[in-house]
Amino acid sequence: MSLDDLYQRVIMDHYQRPRNKGRIEEGAVTVDLNNPTCGDRISLQMRVEDGKIDEARFLGEGCSISLASASMMTEAVKGLTVDQALELVDLFSKMMQGEAIDIEKFPVEDIEALSGVAKFPARIKCATLAWKALEKGIKQQKRA
Amino acid sequence: MNRYWNDFPILNQEVNGHPLVYLDSSATSQKPFQVIETVEAYYKGYNSNVHRGVHTLGTKATDAYEGAREKVRRFINARSIKEIVFTRGTTTAINLVAASYALPRLQQGDEILLTPAEHHSNLIPWQQAAKRTGAALKYLPLEEDGTLDLEKVKETVTPKTKIIAIQHVSNVLGTVHPIKEIAELVHKHGGVIVVDGAQSVPHMKVDVRDLDVDFLAFSGHKMCGPTGIGVLYGREELLEAMEPIEFGGEMIDHVDLFESTWKELPWKFEGGTPIIAGAIGLGAAIDYLESIGMDQIEEHDRKLARYAVEQLSKMDGITIYGPKENRTGLVTFNLDGVHPHDVATVLDAEGIAVRAGHHCCQPLMRWLNVTATARASFYLYNDETDIDRLIKGLQKTKEYFGHVFR
Repeated sequence: MSLDDLYQRVIMDHYQRPRNKGRIEEGAVTVDLNNPTCGDRISLQMRVEDGKIDEARFLGEGCSISLASASMMTEAVKGLTVDQALELVDLFSKMMQGEAIDIEKFPVEDIEALSGVAKFPARIKCATLAWKALEKGIKQQKRA
Repeated sequence: MNRYWNDFPILNQEVNGHPLVYLDSSATSQKPFQVIETVEAYYKGYNSNVHRGVHTLGTKATDAYEGAREKVRRFINARSIKEIVFTRGTTTAINLVAASYALPRLQQGDEILLTPAEHHSNLIPWQQAAKRTGAALKYLPLEEDGTLDLEKVKETVTPKTKIIAIQHVSNVLGTVHPIKEIAELVHKHGGVIVVDGAQSVPHMKVDVRDLDVDFLAFSGHKMCGPTGIGVLYGREELLEAMEPIEFGGEMIDHVDLFESTWKELPWKFEGGTPIIAGAIGLGAAIDYLESIGMDQIEEHDRKLARYAVEQLSKMDGITIYGPKENRTGLVTFNLDGVHPHDVATVLDAEGIAVRAGHHCCQPLMRWLNVTATARASFYLYNDETDIDRLIKGLQKTKEYFGHVFR
């Protein structure tokens, strides 16, 4: 177990310069989710037009892993249909469980950097928070 | 190594290639041979149900279980074993008071007093009690360092105060609250005091008669005992007037098809097969702690906290929370620019176990204006070299994140 597997430069870059941080003016679904065991929280907003996610933004507080993951996730889902986004949620969850996956399926290659989290079981929940918010948001959207 | 280190087999191991430094005893303490072997001897030699049957093993188990109760009584200086109820832990003990004492007695116009620093286990039961009875929750104001000003406590306690529920020691700030003085105040106005002793009983002499408290809750696992066993001390006349909240075997006197009566104290609160091995293990933990001496343990833990504060203060970019003076054996801190989870992960890679998060104190985190903190907590098996390792680990954390951030 090496710390460098966990804290790759690209993760630190997303942590320090998060993409898509902020709010969406209107027409968005909002999901507030926290990790009750550690206090990390995310407020994710997404706007779906014609079955496609055309905008995703977040605000949050948490560690490097949880915020970098949120930043990457919002980049990855833009332009996807909600079903494609749900497939990514599943793919990400498999990656966190250490399963062999086709990394090419992620539209943003930075996400591969998070695969090292699987070796740090205590930190998996940090990485999956944003993706759980995405899943919840899509389900809300589908019900609406 | 300090002289008690060898009593704790778990400490003699490497974690991530480094000798383990365990600095998370406020979450749960490690267990000495003496406790592990006592529990093992019970399961290997005389495991049996208690208070029933006439066979030899059953008698032996009952004697050991009730013997542990007597040890607890003596340990906290209660008047009678009737005042010692075994529970699953501090949380269950406080919930018992909230459900059995508070719910039937509180009404609109009554007040429950808490501090904003309470652990969730001494907060949420009272929120629920307030919601269900219409009583109001009120909070004692904390000073800037997290301590209480007795003058302000005096102003807040009134005849409306039916219950004050308060931690003896904060699991985040290490503050020690003036329980004896607060008990006197609340009694003057006819209320009762419920003390969360989870962080005090393992680390100092706690005498329920001297403090004159009405209820005291604590956990075995934070004082070298097993998990799943805790204690509710209650003043006999209060417990006597309270109804059980769990019904079933073991707690009954006479059972009819439509009516039943309860056993006497403390058994009416112990429905079902009790936590026999846990209680016996707790008894062994008390023997172990008493063989060292609670005053000595308190002084040792405080000395380590002073040393840790002193060393941490020398580092740049460290914020320490809580009072400068009079703190028990823990230090809560943050490292500028690095989230405490990341701090804890780097320390873990160095074999150092600390806690990171909100410590079950979300309102206190908001009061401190942080979302999470790191905490190092000490017990009898720690010494200065553990703190030196912590400081080195933190220096490494700074270097590491300084590097990856560049």
